[in-house]
Amino acid sequence: MTARDVQAILGARVLTGEEFLDREVRSACGSDMMSDVLAFSKDHSVLLTGLCNPQVIRTAEMLDIVCLVFVRGKKPDDTIVQMAKDRDIIVMETGHRMFSSCGMLYKAGLGGGAI
Amino acid sequence: MDDAIVLKYEISPDDFTRAGEASSDVKGKLKQLGVSPEAVRKVAIAMYEGEINMVIHANGGEITVEITPVEIRMILADVGPGIPDVEKAMKAGYSTAPDEVRSLGFGAGMGLPNMKKYTDDMSIETKLGVGTTITMIVKM
Repeated sequence: MTARDVQAILGARVLTGEEFLDREVRSACGSDMMSDVLAFSKDHSVLLTGLCNPQVIRTAEMLDIVCLVFVRGKKPDDTIVQMAKDRDIIVMETGHRMFSSCGMLYKAGLGGGAI
Repeated sequence: MDDAIVLKYEISPDDFTRAGEASSDVKGKLKQLGVSPEAVRKVAIAMYEGEINMVIHANGGEITVEITPVEIRMILADVGPGIPDVEKAMKAGYSTAPDEVRSLGFGAGMGLPNMKKYTDDMSIETKLGVGTTITMIVKM
């Protein structure tokens, strides 16, 4: 699916990276622990997190994450959004909780990728 | 090693917001040099974990990155407290990070295991009260 599909499925609001929404995403990872995310290294991924600090963007940068989704209504501040913008990373926010967000994407066919 | 490119970074302590800037810079430089995306990603992840560790545990330190046509060598040197039990520290899930670090998204006990996972070779020299030097190699 594409990042645009992710946005539609989660009813998410795009905070930056609107121009990249047609990028393909092949797998997803949901965690608030960045080291767990770093243990997961897949191309063309979506990262769902409730953690709101600059290290989320750095983690996404190191892993070439396509799209970041802040769950349970977490709102990243302008500095965080700007960091993502500088790195061409799409950022969205959704009011859905982590479990529901992951479930909705999984049900729509987005997997976690092979271990 | 005449043809090595050497990059040096001072890692400032207790500045969690800036942690990762050195890794980000190295990632950009490796991309510019035309290093394979796989090697770039491995270096970026391993160095970033190491950089975070230096900020969290070791009052910062210095990172030297040597790039040759065959490999990328990262040397992370700190004068922190040292690692009391390296074998334990290498176990996935083992962490001594305080709660405030966990609330920042780190301290899951995956730092050193991730560094090992993403590099072709890793060695740890550590002495309590003196410091730790970690050398990691990613082959081109």
